[in-house]
Amino acid sequence: METNTKVQENLEAWCNPPIPFPTRDVERLYRERTKRIADAVQLKKPDRIPLMPMWEFFYAKYAGYTCEEVMYDAQKAEDSVIKTVTDLQPDGFQGPIFFMTGPVLEAYDSKDVLWPGHGLPVDQAHQFVEGEYMKANEYDAFLSDPSDFMLRYYLPRVSGNLNALSMTSPFRQNFAYFTNFGAWAGLGTPDGLKALDVLRALSKASFDYVSFLISVVGKLVMMGFPPWSGSLTEAPFDVLGDTLRGTKGIMLDMYRQPALLKEACEKIVGIMAEYTMTAARANGNHPIVFIPLHKGTASTRDGKGGFMSLKQFEEFYWPTLRKLMGILIDNGFVPNLLLEGDFTSRLEIIKDVPPGTCIYHFEHIDMEKAKKVLGGRVCMRGCVPIHIMTLGTPDDVKKAVKEQIDILGEGGGYIMDTTMASEQIKPENMKALMDFTKEYGVYK
Amino acid sequence: MAADLVHALSELKETEALEIVRKRLDGGENPLLILDEARKAMGIVGKRFEEGTYFIPDLIYSGEILQAISEMVRPKISKEAAGKKAGKVVLGTVKGDIHDIGKNIVAFMLDLNGFEVYDIGIDVPPEKFVEKIRETNAPVVALSGFLTLAFDAMKATVEAIEKAGLRDTVKIIIGGGNMNDDIRKYAGADAYGVDAMAAVKFAEKVVASR
Repeated sequence: METNTKVQENLEAWCNPPIPFPTRDVERLYRERTKRIADAVQLKKPDRIPLMPMWEFFYAKYAGYTCEEVMYDAQKAEDSVIKTVTDLQPDGFQGPIFFMTGPVLEAYDSKDVLWPGHGLPVDQAHQFVEGEYMKANEYDAFLSDPSDFMLRYYLPRVSGNLNALSMTSPFRQNFAYFTNFGAWAGLGTPDGLKALDVLRALSKASFDYVSFLISVVGKLVMMGFPPWSGSLTEAPFDVLGDTLRGTKGIMLDMYRQPALLKEACEKIVGIMAEYTMTAARANGNHPIVFIPLHKGTASTRDGKGGFMSLKQFEEFYWPTLRKLMGILIDNGFVPNLLLEGDFTSRLEIIKDVPPGTCIYHFEHIDMEKAKKVLGGRVCMRGCVPIHIMTLGTPDDVKKAVKEQIDILGEGGGYIMDTTMASEQIKPENMKALMDFTKEYGVYK
Repeated sequence: MAADLVHALSELKETEALEIVRKRLDGGENPLLILDEARKAMGIVGKRFEEGTYFIPDLIYSGEILQAISEMVRPKISKEAAGKKAGKVVLGTVKGDIHDIGKNIVAFMLDLNGFEVYDIGIDVPPEKFVEKIRETNAPVVALSGFLTLAFDAMKATVEAIEKAGLRDTVKIIIGGGNMNDDIRKYAGADAYGVDAMAAVKFAEKVVASR
């Protein structure tokens, strides 16, 4: 299979951006870091193994703030990210996408998230509250007009104060000056006007959130640190299963409505491709796309006990994920899959991608088997176990890092990381992971 | 004809299974026989899950079909037969954890096997467990939890039961993700279970020994 020149071009452009860096040294460091990552992605041997750890709320822990503080206080949020990155010096840093989100969640009176200070202790990261936010008999509504579904069915269900939106008429019905006369009446009721106030506050909080991200990422880029991704997406099955149908809903759909389920996944491919590439282009055309996988996994090494059988994986989960990956790759983007769970039983299926175009980040995996099946085809990432990072000692960490590098790092095409992000990681353990990788991960 | 329901349910043939139950109930058959076959079928489902030929979606789907069968059968069970409850069980997911799929399957299986189940839901604080035990005098308590933080919540629940002077009146089993004897000891429970049938066997043992 041919590797993809668009991906090569895009990575090259990422390593040589038209950015007016403040000094030559900063520019040099930025180019070295991006090149290190780009080389690994393209299965070459960089000067040493790149580090782009998934930090998320670890930023808060490292800087001595609570999770609640960084969700509300822009100064503390920014300080925690800049302090962690400049101290630990990764090659790519994690954009803090969950920081400064408290006001947004409050604005829509979120029913679908518990967050520090709101249902959770102040030092615990947020949790998603699953629900059947799309009912079993609503596939037709979703398929005929997804935007309408999100605005008038989904949003009112996940919020405590937007119910008035479900009382409005679909906007597809407002096509003429004479429909416009009455089309807005639903929002002109007392409840409707209240909902407009909610949207006003929500829009402001959302704007402030985006401004915060632009500011913090911009500052770090000017200090010579690239973010390690510029967009996020999900497997179409997960888009449907995580936040719309819910776990129980989508599992039953595989048996009761397989055709509609597949049709919805196909529709979501196009929606996700557009969403992802728009975001990436807004973020300097950043090549790497973060794709966490949820429902396609097995639970154990030999494929037992998981969220679906191998057959269901091949029938429902992989085809539309692979299609989405293909569109991204054809447009020069690098799908970075986070294979949550254990994908050892699925390795032969997921190796079917052009060489040097994807990153596969492992949680649990048979490392030797992964190296055998995916080596020379996919850049591998991971996978120092999270329990060592949260409960172990720096010596335990070094041992685990050495093991990863010895098995997965040989020959290049490898990026160092932990299996998961966590705010419970001990700072001294993260420091040990970073320092030891920079020492032991040099390619001779 | 008799084997059809076991086959249909264990093979997850929803329409067929419900049609068989409908025909047999209309024919005046003893509903307890139907439930007995449903139990056998669930046993096969459980075994296949252990062997790795069935997965979580299969457990959930079989649970749904079972629920539908239960609802069809329940009104036909004579008050007398219904009154023969094997014993009471207080069941819930502990504080801080909102997982419920496994707990719900356990509730079905206990109910199917004649127990009176008091399912007090998810994210249940220790006091609520204590309250329900006092109210029902249930001899069996089943604590469900999936996240690692559940182990501490299970420990706290057992301690609350102790503090209330009720520890000797109950036997406690814990279940959920990743159960083992170390966690059982940590929580102070009497037993742990790795699947729904373990809860049934435990409850039967406790009631038989009284």
